Amino acid sequence: MSGGEGAVMAPTTQIDLSIDDDAEFKAELKSDGAARALVIACGALAREIVDFRAMNDFIHLDITCLPAKLHNRPQLIPQAVGDKIRANKGKYHSIYVAYGDCGTGGTLDKVLEEEGVDRIGGPHCYAFYTGQSAFEAITDDDPTSFFLTDYMVRHFDRLIIEGLGLDRFPELRDDYFGNYTNVIYIAQTRDADLEAKAEAAAERLGLGYIYRHVGFGELEAFLETAAASSDKG
Amino acid sequence: MSDDEIDLKALSDDDLVGQMHDDLYDGLKDEIAEAVMILLDRGWEPYKVLTVALVEGMRIVGIDFRDGILFVPEVLQSANAMKGGMTILRPLLAETGAPRVGKMVIGTVKGDIHDIGKNLVTMMMEGAGFEVIDIGINNPVENYLAAIEEHQPDILGMSALLTTTMPYMKVVVEAMKEKGIRDDYVVMVGGAPLNEEFAMAVGADAYCADAAVTVDMAQEIMKRRHNQRGADPRPA
Repeated sequence: MSGGEGAVMAPTTQIDLSIDDDAEFKAELKSDGAARALVIACGALAREIVDFRAMNDFIHLDITCLPAKLHNRPQLIPQAVGDKIRANKGKYHSIYVAYGDCGTGGTLDKVLEEEGVDRIGGPHCYAFYTGQSAFEAITDDDPTSFFLTDYMVRHFDRLIIEGLGLDRFPELRDDYFGNYTNVIYIAQTRDADLEAKAEAAAERLGLGYIYRHVGFGELEAFLETAAASSDKG
Repeated sequence: MSDDEIDLKALSDDDLVGQMHDDLYDGLKDEIAEAVMILLDRGWEPYKVLTVALVEGMRIVGIDFRDGILFVPEVLQSANAMKGGMTILRPLLAETGAPRVGKMVIGTVKGDIHDIGKNLVTMMMEGAGFEVIDIGINNPVENYLAAIEEHQPDILGMSALLTTTMPYMKVVVEAMKEKGIRDDYVVMVGGAPLNEEFAMAVGADAYCADAAVTVDMAQEIMKRRHNQRGADPRPA
């Protein structure tokens, strides 16, 4: 367990940002039990959400995350999110889901519709970090970019190199990345170390490198709405 | 050759085919190429080598992928091993007039550059006796229509990996309707975020969950088509 880089946490907050196991990242304020809203988030957003919550003092907003590695099998995401909603429905006034469609082909939205729960808009985190229209402009113009977020840069070796088997089979590089031209690092924070890692990642994949600081993008407004809902509740 | 290496030439036909299935599973490209040459030297028809040794081996790989025993990197290694065998067999198959089950045009839709699934389908369909015209990635509707007109396939296959690009399949189907050619072709769609319901919603004839399913469905569809035309669908 770790407090996370730069996160200012209440003493009772539990954090596990590891992607090595199925342990859930969880942030709960137990000091006054006043949290009326819950955000169910993808583990890949965990650190950013915790940081943002701490920076904005959203003490009445609880957060629980599902393992980021569900992205390896997106068809499992709707069920996992649905289970999490049902497990928490009686405990909170409002529940919000911080997932894009994330490759579920609309099946996550069906679950959310049945449960009456909203999610952040967009197909994936790249889009809501960048802003939907800005992201579309990039990809419409040229679909050959591979996007990295802070989370992906931090865990590049684990997620990309090991996850795709490139450590064992480097010859598969062209199968995976042969159609890409650039890595675009859409950074949430300004961090020289991460930027250097991202550039090294691009080089390792044999792709060009573009840096764009986009911050938390539409995730900010989404969390503010959730926090406001908790305060009203 | 080290002591623990297997002398492929010393194996009986049955044992060699079994070894090829294992080598495909393990993604051993050089061994597959060597074994293909051995079988050809023993007088096997190229089509028999393809179907009995390679396609059957990849069918086993496909089952274990579906069951979560193998993952994408391993499947890609297997596919690359099969490509090694196909490189040898393809010209021979053309020479010997191997049976053609049907013809397919396949491509990834506009805005999408992902082709791992499409390439696997292409390889497996070729192995199953289909002529496959692969029009690549990022295809606007015009590319599909032009390929259909030029090649007159039985099947149009469309692939997408992204939630944002998969709706484009409907654009293609609608364009086929507008031209009055939709019912002349079987439209099959596939890709990680797709499902049966989506496939029906865009007006496709079939949703293909993976490469092996695609082959099974395509073969079944071709049989039905041939039966409807009163022809014998079985390869000679």
